[in-house]
Amino acid sequence: MSETRSRDVTIPIGPQHPALKEPTSFSVTLSGEKILQVGVRLGYNHRGIEKACESRSFIQSLYLIERVCGICSHSHSSCFVQAVEEIAGLQLPHRAMYLRTIIAELERLHSHLLWLGVAGHEIGFDTLLMYTWRDREIVMDLLAAITGNRVNYGMNTFGGVRRDISPEQKADILKAMDTLEERTKYYISVATEETTLIQRLSGVGVLSHDDAIRLGAVGPTARASNVKRDIRKDDPYAAYDQVPFEVITSDLNDVYGRTLVRVRELMESYKLIRHLLNSLPDGPIAVKAPRKMPAGEAVSRYEAPRGENVHYVRANGSEKPERVKVRAPTLANVQAVAHMLIDRYLADLPIVVAAIDPCFSCTDRLIDLTREGGGRCDVITWGQLHDYSLRWYKKQGMDLSKLNSRFKCGESS
Amino acid sequence: MAGDLFYILIFPGFLFLVVFALVADYIDRKLHAKFQNRIGPPWYQPLADLIKLAAKEDLIPRQVDPWLFKLAPVFAVTAVVTAALYIPIWRHGTPMSFNGDVIVVLYLLTIPTVTFFLGGWYSRSVYSMIGAARSIMQLFAYEIPLFLSILAPALLADSWSLGGMSLFYAHHPWYALFNVVGLFTALIALLGKLERVPFDIPEAETEIVAGSFTEYSGRLLAMFRLALSIEMIVGAALIAAVFLPFGLNLGGPAAFGLYLVKVLGIVALIALARTVFARLRIDQMINFCWQFVAPVAFLQVIIDLIAKGVIAR
Repeated sequence: MSETRSRDVTIPIGPQHPALKEPTSFSVTLSGEKILQVGVRLGYNHRGIEKACESRSFIQSLYLIERVCGICSHSHSSCFVQAVEEIAGLQLPHRAMYLRTIIAELERLHSHLLWLGVAGHEIGFDTLLMYTWRDREIVMDLLAAITGNRVNYGMNTFGGVRRDISPEQKADILKAMDTLEERTKYYISVATEETTLIQRLSGVGVLSHDDAIRLGAVGPTARASNVKRDIRKDDPYAAYDQVPFEVITSDLNDVYGRTLVRVRELMESYKLIRHLLNSLPDGPIAVKAPRKMPAGEAVSRYEAPRGENVHYVRANGSEKPERVKVRAPTLANVQAVAHMLIDRYLADLPIVVAAIDPCFSCTDRLIDLTREGGGRCDVITWGQLHDYSLRWYKKQGMDLSKLNSRFKCGESS
Repeated sequence: MAGDLFYILIFPGFLFLVVFALVADYIDRKLHAKFQNRIGPPWYQPLADLIKLAAKEDLIPRQVDPWLFKLAPVFAVTAVVTAALYIPIWRHGTPMSFNGDVIVVLYLLTIPTVTFFLGGWYSRSVYSMIGAARSIMQLFAYEIPLFLSILAPALLADSWSLGGMSLFYAHHPWYALFNVVGLFTALIALLGKLERVPFDIPEAETEIVAGSFTEYSGRLLAMFRLALSIEMIVGAALIAAVFLPFGLNLGGPAAFGLYLVKVLGIVALIALARTVFARLRIDQMINFCWQFVAPVAFLQVIIDLIAKGVIAR
């Protein structure tokens, strides 16, 4: 990275900017058209959802958690439900697991179609936006028909799902899959043949295999850097261990690779949905869940369209959760964005940011730092943290001050 | 004198150009929408947009020089309307024609870009300044190919006036085929001049908001928009007059109708380009123009020089 000179300009991208769909702030230092530095600032959308859950019953929290994200709402509610079900020790009926998976894949479809449109818009290719969003409506209509809602489906409940899929709906979904598959094939041909599109996407936002692992990228961002990381395969939930599907990866490492991964994942999702519908087991769609959950804690992982989603829930035997922690996939990927932007062109910024499919509202969490003995403190240094941990362990009866002398106080990084 | 004034102000001068620009704008938007599987705006939308903008308050940033800020859009409109006066519509030449007017037209069509640069640069906003710098960078890339490809047919016709050129090609209609290559390079350069996809880099919304126009609002923005719309038809008319010089012999209404068809055909091509391409990056645009468009435009000059040599013998 070269040094900042007086001739360089710093331009604000955000909190309000046409490239961003939600408020977040990138402060970009430019030398001509080249990006020298990027500062990312999150936190414009903090809604206090985690804290709000603590004052609501489990079932109320479920509906609140579903509203973490406006696109992957089912991902968050499923992830939360899985954690609570693990605490309560509920065994789901097979049909419920299948239905949950079908909704999950339908959600992946409309999320990826949405992304494709947004990506087109960011590089000034609005035709792609218009086409994919037209097709996305097919999925939205299906979801509205099945669940009654376009966005927050309200499909999940503890111990199963709330609505069943009728044979007519099954036929409708299968028919829609054929239409969408045909359209997606067309998008694949556009993505692999349209010259200006390829020129704008390939070699942009490069994230090498090693960097993807080091920075902890998840989802299509990681898979486009040839990291075979997919919770559906690595730690199967719902019905994913009973259906065949492939984890799509690409070794292109750039935005073009991420595009290809997403359009090919669409094709996998069509296969998945067909398979799930055709082998849908009979039986009840839910088991009865208690109102008060037993004391315990659980971590649940879920492969949202944007990557790995992690929820942590702790219950204390009452009807309210004691602690809920949400880690949306964007938080894992946003580290990689700053890395991808350095030394690139300003023109690439919108598409590189968009390529992780960011969802900043879902990501915003607050950590409040307080100094021991009262008083607020914004930053805690490595040395202070070190001292604090030594004092803490001393109270527990352990003296670790001799250990690990390498990390002595004052040494920071 | 009164006739000249009528020609300049009403038909086919300012008033006609405004109406025609709005119609062309509508056709561009409607076609673009149809290509994208959308419904598109109603016929009065461009006019409604213009009226709405004109009715809005002009906000002028405190730090800018108000004179330059206000004059830039006026110069842009004036330049494109003046350029239109030299372009033959239904006969060979216009009342204002003189030998060398083709060069004047090309220079007048450069002025809007310069005003975009000045207006943007003096807006004192980072987005405007980057947009302005991109406008001028882009100007250097497409201007030479445009000049080369427009002047090559003039070389063959041995006339530096648009009227003289159209007269020459009316007598030798087949010679226009020599200039097919130039037609394509001129169209590409026109896309750059109009800052249209794939060359809409100076006003790339997702990067620099509205580029040079970020700080403009109200009537001043309306004037810039109008200048761009008129520039579209004037640019299209120039290309039609130079590369498609047919039908001027028909005289009167028939020639005028053919003029409308030619211009709107080029507008449709621009709408098509807007549909099928993504926006290029500034470095890609400049490389493309210098590596492909400029050499091909130069090839056009050589073709015309050779053709002229052969004809002279």
